[in-house]
Amino acid sequence: MADNTNDRIPTVVADGVDIVYRVNGTGAGRGSATAALNRIMRRKQTEKAAGVRRVHAVRDVSFVAYKGEAIGLIGTNGSGKSTLLKAVAGLLPVENGRIFTHGQPSLLGVNAALMNDLTGERNVHLGGLAMGMSREQVRDRYQEIVDFSGINEKGDFITLPMRTYSSGMAARLRFSIAAAKDHDVLLIDEALATGDRSFQKRSEERIRELRKHAGTVFLVSHNNKSIRDTCDRVLWLERGELLMDGPTEDVLKEYEAFTGDKSAKPKPKPKPKAAAKVPVPS
Amino acid sequence: MGPIGPTPSPRVKAADVSQVLDTPPQTPPPAGGDLAALAARHGLSVSGARPSLPEYVRQLWARRHFITAFATAKLTAQYSQAKLGQVWQVMTPLLNAAVYYFIFGVLLGTKHGVPDYIPFLVTGVFIWTFTQSSIMAGTRAISGNLGLVRALHFPRAALPLSFCLQQLQQLLFSMAALVVILLCFGVPVGVSWLLALPVLALQFTFNAGVSMVMARMGAKTPDIAQLMPFVLRTWMYVSGVMWSIDKLADKDSLPHAVTLALAANPAAVYIDLMRFALIDSFHASQLPAHVWAIAVGWALVAGVGGFIYFWKAEETYGRG
Repeated sequence: MADNTNDRIPTVVADGVDIVYRVNGTGAGRGSATAALNRIMRRKQTEKAAGVRRVHAVRDVSFVAYKGEAIGLIGTNGSGKSTLLKAVAGLLPVENGRIFTHGQPSLLGVNAALMNDLTGERNVHLGGLAMGMSREQVRDRYQEIVDFSGINEKGDFITLPMRTYSSGMAARLRFSIAAAKDHDVLLIDEALATGDRSFQKRSEERIRELRKHAGTVFLVSHNNKSIRDTCDRVLWLERGELLMDGPTEDVLKEYEAFTGDKSAKPKPKPKPKAAAKVPVPS
Repeated sequence: MGPIGPTPSPRVKAADVSQVLDTPPQTPPPAGGDLAALAARHGLSVSGARPSLPEYVRQLWARRHFITAFATAKLTAQYSQAKLGQVWQVMTPLLNAAVYYFIFGVLLGTKHGVPDYIPFLVTGVFIWTFTQSSIMAGTRAISGNLGLVRALHFPRAALPLSFCLQQLQQLLFSMAALVVILLCFGVPVGVSWLLALPVLALQFTFNAGVSMVMARMGAKTPDIAQLMPFVLRTWMYVSGVMWSIDKLADKDSLPHAVTLALAANPAAVYIDLMRFALIDSFHASQLPAHVWAIAVGWALVAGVGGFIYFWKAEETYGRG
């Protein structure tokens, strides 16, 4: 079985991955003072008695991703897609199993490093440095980032504080900063839904370009069209379990039947928050 | 419909799910051992593992520009909405000094025979504030920036270091105000002012170390941030910020060990060294014995110990 994979280079290997969230203060008393005291006093007791609830977000997921693949992650809300992505990025611990990666996978996103009180210009520098680019790289790419974002199309907005931007403008600048770096393994969490139609087209182009440089691209999206446009393989997660893993068309057909989405029309939020994160009795 | 248990709608679709499960996956995942072997064969590494200490230092050094840029950005963002803008960087410490002068100099008259009391007091307040706000910021460095920690990869020590650097920049503004105050009160400019630089370097190392310790503790137990103001206030009152520790030693009312401990506590050491550097009427006799050795010792113990303590939990930050 391993023989037919010898010619392809794996970049991400997930081996029986379980991810469990522990949430404090959900037991009896709902975070009241007595419940908190109880928790502290009986530290050595089982998690359940201590009011810690376990949420089993991803169950026994295994897959191998290869260099040059673009993989879509689909599933209804709360099915564990973003959680799995964070674990691949090494930002969440796994309960069981292991995730092996080639190089450092990076989540596409710099929102948290940016500051609304600073100008767009300074945020480009800060965001670039936060992603691990050198000062020279940031300086070289600066114009490219600003042009791509299109922030200056309607005037000199890049020298204004980011709090003065419209939400669309801010989202475009964030995407432009995040997409400025080349990554070994790139993880994208629904970043394509930002901005107007022309910016979305530019973003999709940029993703394809990144894919050429990057080894592997993972894309989480509820937009089946953007999955079709960018991915050649799809993983379908439901309630934390890997339901299907295969070529985009095959998986999406089943998925659309499952969500009752008869036409191939993209539908941003296919399902209400179903009880996908079912807590496991511990 | 409660948050627990499956809702009716997925159950209706259960038939679909089983059909899907029946269809064989196109790329069947090999069994557990095979996957690990495959990963090993291609030299893949486990995601999110803690790097070795030298590797960690190297990564941190590679991010030095981010650390400084983040500190400066935080400092600039602080007053960006104010009309006077960055003028507040100097105004805030000056107003602080004015308040302390009013209360301790005018109302209470707590001079206790300290010559140049106002420069003495203001130096103490500024130097203490540097340690206090560094530790406070360090406590919240991880727990208050979970978004950043969960979105981006960087050695987490960059956060407490960056916050300490921001406080150092803040202190430099305060020091500019302090120089004005010193000159106004007729304290002569001396060569000993150069000693302020090594004192600041040592104090920064100490602060950074303690904030890394607090950052790890605060990441695990955010409640510590609620407790810290009380700990820090107690520490301030025993560190001789507003009074002179060596005057207390003359009184003989306290056991020798207590005054020795008071004088050797790191905050008091850095405050008194700075007073010795800047104020000509503050003599070396007012400093504890081996004061420079104590200052370097505290900086090394806190700096190295704090860094290693922080690194030990590197892979756990921002999780769970």
